[in-house]
Amino acid sequence: MSDTILTLTGVQADIAQYHILQGVDLAVPRGAVTMLLGRNGVGKTTTLRTIMGHLVARQGVIGFDGMDITARATSARARLGIGYVPENMGIFSDLTVEENMVLAAVSGRLLAERRDRIFAAFPPLRTFWTSDAGTLSGGQKQMLSIARAMAEDRKLYLIDEPTKGLAPAIISTMVAALRELKDGGASILLVEQNFAVARALGDHAAVMDDGRIVWSGEMSELADDAGLQERLMGLSMEGK
Amino acid sequence: MLSVLISGDRPRSVVLGVLLMAILIGLATAPFLFPGVRSLETAARICVFVVLVASYDLMLGYTGIVSFAHTMFFGLGAYGVALAVDGMERGFVPVVLGAVLGALAAAVLAFAIALFSLRVRAIFFAMITLAVASAVAVLVSQLSGLTGGEDGMTLRIPRELTPAFKLLNEPVLGVRFNGKLLNYYLVFSVSLVLFLVMLRVVNSPFGRVLQAIRENDFRAEAIGYRVVWYRTVATCLSAVMAALAGSLYALWLRYVGPDTVLSFEIMLDILLMTVIGGMGTMYGAAVGATLFVLAQTYLQSLMGVAAVALADVPLLPALLNPDRWLLWMGVLFILSVYFFPTGIVGRLRESVRSG
Repeated sequence: MSDTILTLTGVQADIAQYHILQGVDLAVPRGAVTMLLGRNGVGKTTTLRTIMGHLVARQGVIGFDGMDITARATSARARLGIGYVPENMGIFSDLTVEENMVLAAVSGRLLAERRDRIFAAFPPLRTFWTSDAGTLSGGQKQMLSIARAMAEDRKLYLIDEPTKGLAPAIISTMVAALRELKDGGASILLVEQNFAVARALGDHAAVMDDGRIVWSGEMSELADDAGLQERLMGLSMEGK
Repeated sequence: MLSVLISGDRPRSVVLGVLLMAILIGLATAPFLFPGVRSLETAARICVFVVLVASYDLMLGYTGIVSFAHTMFFGLGAYGVALAVDGMERGFVPVVLGAVLGALAAAVLAFAIALFSLRVRAIFFAMITLAVASAVAVLVSQLSGLTGGEDGMTLRIPRELTPAFKLLNEPVLGVRFNGKLLNYYLVFSVSLVLFLVMLRVVNSPFGRVLQAIRENDFRAEAIGYRVVWYRTVATCLSAVMAALAGSLYALWLRYVGPDTVLSFEIMLDILLMTVIGGMGTMYGAAVGATLFVLAQTYLQSLMGVAAVALADVPLLPALLNPDRWLLWMGVLFILSVYFFPTGIVGRLRESVRSG
């Protein structure tokens, strides 16, 4: 078993006529949290969407767990073990919290032990278990969105800005839940603008600019080097 | 027990619960409660349309697929029975065989349409269904040697289902116990079973996935569900149910023709019933179909009565002239869509939630 769960080699992708990913090379190590950082609009979300198959990689190879998944359908990638938590959360607001969770387990059942662990991480979900997900607050929706990815063990989690627009108190709940996921040995590729969160969770980091990875290494190395941060990410960086 | 029958899908509103019970009891006792040929015709039509509208809602309301081919599937079921009855000895075998073959044909056609077009945009799918449905309607009216063309076909249904078949010689409670009554109860019970089956489907895990797809298909795909496959199965299931409703209708009317089972007007009626009742709820289909058919049948007479009663008031009798019933029907639609944008069922459930 190789120590890399996901590799992108020279991946290029377009959105309409715009050439967004200009050759992304990225290796995501197994059992660790890799932060995908960079200014707004450099292609972080596009990278996740291309890994998930929502966007077609025009060139390059996406390797997952020893397989070439570049041409696989999105649902096939999900069933191979990639869990995706998109930025817009994408919860099913017409369904109840419970139904959302059960759907997220493709096997069709949510184990009680798993459910209790999710309740422990996100207590509000227990309170609103039978409510329509559309009635939840923004923070609760984000909790549900992450909890859904935890409904079944996934080999790799792609999580897009889980703390965006959330109150500080909820951010710490979110960080605690992600840390628990990490401590359970999960492999995570995490896009995050909040540098404090990135520093708290990240083992490795990859910084994007203009559709390419321009730096990759240990998170601690980046966190300790203000000059490097300044050079790579400019002014958009928060919470140094 | 009841909860199992309705698959745990409670009405979630007292008014809706009462309304549904009233519809069920009214249809179950229609021959006794409302004696007369016209009211029995109306009751049977309601039964068939509840199934037809529910099957359409399975696509539109639960899966978010817009199709204009629903009368085609309805017609396939109806003509299936008609052709089988026409070509075989009189009896129940050709009826069942025709219904099964009609449903099968509907499933195959739905599968083909779905496979070709569900991957593309919704509007494109809608256009394809429109084109195929029009082609089939033209085909049916042109193949007059087989289908009777515009004249349609009269069915020799089993004698046990015709008025000529007497169960009792004397009427009981003013109702004749004959084959027509048996026929009505056949239509009623099969419709009820089909409706409960669809209720079961939408409340199953499969139904949940459909709802998830309607709301966010990429998200459902990203969780690991093959969206195209689910949409295809939903389309086929919906087509089969519509075809079975068509078979029932043919059996009841003892006649099939392009105007009664294939016309685009019926397609519009189905759409209106779905929207008025409330999309995405099976109960909406029941309420919508009942109200719509009742209005279609009785609005005209009701207006006649009102016009006579108000004969001395200026202007009103002219407005309420029975000939203007379509105008008032239109007004009713506009008002119902304006005041109940989520349909009657949606509105009733909302008022419970906020109240």
